[in-house]
Amino acid sequence: MSLRVKRFFEQISFYKSAVVGLTIILILVGISIYTIYTIPYGEAVMMWRAGEQQWLSNPRNALPLWVNIFSSKKLPETIILDTIKPRLGVSKAIVPVLDKFSQVRIEFSFEYQYDDFPSELNIFFKSRFNVSAPQLTIYWVKPNGEKYVLNAISISREDRYYISNDDRLAGRLKELISAKINRTIGYDAPVTLLLFAEEDSSILDPSTAKVMKGNYKLWIDGIVFETNVDVDASLIVYGKVYGWAGTDHLRRDLGIAILWGTPIALSFGVIASLSIALIQMFVGAVSAWFLGKVDAIIQRVTEIFMILPFLPILIMISTFYKFSIWILLLVVIALSIFGGGVKSYRAMFLQVKEFPYVEAARAYGAGNIRLIIRYLIPKVLPIIIPSIVLSVPDFVFLEAALAILGLGDPLAPTWGKILDDAFANGALYKGLYYWVLEPSIMLVLTSLSFAMLGFTLDKIFNPRLKEA
Amino acid sequence: MFPRLIGYLVRRGIMLFLTVVIAIYMTIWIANMGGYVDEIVKGDLYLSISQSVRQNPAYRHLNDTQVRELVDALYANELKKIGFDKPFIYRSFIYLRDAISLNLGRALWLSSNSGSKNVYMIILERLPNTVLLFTTTQLILFFIGLFAGLFLSRRYGSIPDKLSVMLAPLSSLPGWFYGIFLILIFASSLRILPYGGMVDVPPPMDSLSYALSVLKHMILPVLSWLIAYSFISIYSRRTFFLMFSSEDYVEMAKAKGLPEPLILRRYILRPTLPPIITDFSLTLIASWMGAIITERVFDWPGIGSLLYSASTMFDTPVLVGLMVIYAYLLAATIFTLELVYALLDPRIRVGGM
Repeated sequence: MSLRVKRFFEQISFYKSAVVGLTIILILVGISIYTIYTIPYGEAVMMWRAGEQQWLSNPRNALPLWVNIFSSKKLPETIILDTIKPRLGVSKAIVPVLDKFSQVRIEFSFEYQYDDFPSELNIFFKSRFNVSAPQLTIYWVKPNGEKYVLNAISISREDRYYISNDDRLAGRLKELISAKINRTIGYDAPVTLLLFAEEDSSILDPSTAKVMKGNYKLWIDGIVFETNVDVDASLIVYGKVYGWAGTDHLRRDLGIAILWGTPIALSFGVIASLSIALIQMFVGAVSAWFLGKVDAIIQRVTEIFMILPFLPILIMISTFYKFSIWILLLVVIALSIFGGGVKSYRAMFLQVKEFPYVEAARAYGAGNIRLIIRYLIPKVLPIIIPSIVLSVPDFVFLEAALAILGLGDPLAPTWGKILDDAFANGALYKGLYYWVLEPSIMLVLTSLSFAMLGFTLDKIFNPRLKEA
Repeated sequence: MFPRLIGYLVRRGIMLFLTVVIAIYMTIWIANMGGYVDEIVKGDLYLSISQSVRQNPAYRHLNDTQVRELVDALYANELKKIGFDKPFIYRSFIYLRDAISLNLGRALWLSSNSGSKNVYMIILERLPNTVLLFTTTQLILFFIGLFAGLFLSRRYGSIPDKLSVMLAPLSSLPGWFYGIFLILIFASSLRILPYGGMVDVPPPMDSLSYALSVLKHMILPVLSWLIAYSFISIYSRRTFFLMFSSEDYVEMAKAKGLPEPLILRRYILRPTLPPIITDFSLTLIASWMGAIITERVFDWPGIGSLLYSASTMFDTPVLVGLMVIYAYLLAATIFTLELVYALLDPRIRVGGM
């Protein structure tokens, strides 16, 4: 056996495309094993479906981190400053005054050396007090020393201030800056731009506006009419790049779905194609072996299933029941039991059946089932291995297709789901290409690797065409 | 000979018809999914009736119990009108009878552009769009595969031949997938072709610019299928022709010194044409139904998109209607093919295995 395996690999290594295909498949299997061990499935599903709360500190629709390597324009990463995790540039002081009230001062400062504006700017507050809510005033200082009052607010125990969504602030900043440069900013400039841009004539057009690089400061002055209070704040300057895969419209890390998509796609494709081939082969063998009534019934049923269009029926079934991906797999297999393959297997078995060794086996009294499983199927198996490998991509794409129609597993993070989300949120219109490209590249790698291996196997197992 | 042929065709015709009947009946059961769809339809019906009663000023003076009684009565009446008061097993046979006689009934929610709720009209309105797109595609694919395959099979082992073998794995990606990239390149980046749809909005008035607009919208979907499926079709045709080129009678013709084009036409193409035609017609019919995702990616208003919206809206009559039309089309194609073969090919032993 080991000799046969060795010879098989020797033959395979003769073909470059098969080596490439096999290598990619092994890498994908490696990724799958790594994913299953590092991110348990339950956790992945929970993270993927938890909603935006889980991902609050991630930027929305961010590109992968590594695009900065290839681009001369450096896109911002997310900067998080939190008084709970003190570090350089974060300071907090709460001083009781006269046993009647407390003064709060929180200061954040950070370096901003990127070439593009941040995507969002938020502050999250957590505070402890009895009755009197903290009254806070928030200031912003640009690297050139220019100071702006962002807002004066009173916060609850868990509160947030979405600076970048504050339209009143945007209007006020626009007027202030317009007055300073003596020209009017004639478009709806977002807060992030106004707070981070150079204040000269370049700001008049969003395409020329430049980032003012340097040290920014945000400080919060506040007062609480109580003692024994505590206020914590965290400032998030959302970037435009995140992680190795970027994020989607719900701030989720696409990496999770790219990783988890791998074992799901591989197992879906391999299980479906292997079991459908084996089942159809068995049905075909039974049909060819018994002939007569059994054959007639099997052939008629097969014809009925050939009249029914596979994909529409599958779509119908998966709309009515929102199946999990594994039940969907069972449905796919069940619908294919009497698929078109049965006919071609039957034709093969009709020939094999007449071989002398089958005759011999029958003569010494082998039973029907034994004959089918031990004598007929092993003869045909090597011939159809290539087609099993070749049909793996079909099922990988079937899952993706169902997901694009919104019919896939409602929970599982798969490549198809990413594509579906990207489409539904107009990724192609908005130019968010990475969102479409990442799952696509995985799909391409998977199917090409199986296809390249399959075509080579076809040459090895069916050498009819080698000479000629 | 002739009576035997007719007897055979009649037998096959009956078999095919029975197959269609059973397939449709199965579809009806799958579409209804053990009463699941019934419940949705009933729920929606009840809701809409009770809303219309509550909003109707004429019933404002009624108290709650009276309103409920009125709603229940109207609901029962409406159920009877759409035949939902009978058990499903009974209704399934009514559906079957109607389906087979192509009396496809009225859609539950969908309607055609002209406002008709007649399923037959809805399908008929969409079918030409799908047929236009995919017949064009399949015809181009067919000729590419045929001629390139024939050409390469005569040059086995040459560089173009090796190239075609090398490129064949590209066909493991489906057409809609290439479609995404074509949209990305030609619509999103270069902005020279539309993202999808069938005509410009608003549609042009005169028929010439209308046709040109449709043509412009067809480029990307057709191209995506050509990229996806030409390589495999060239590869399989080439392999097929290669196998036939080594038949004894071809060797014989070569030995006789017949000219190459004659060998191609008479000794290779003629005997291989029947299976190729069969393959083509079955793929063609299948593509009219199986292009749901391509149609969705390109937003093409055909059968595929109709099937998708029908299934998301649980519009059972439309679903069943589509399956019926498809089953009939497929059965008719198979029957025509058998008729043609029985007439043309003497090798097909009529009434044999």
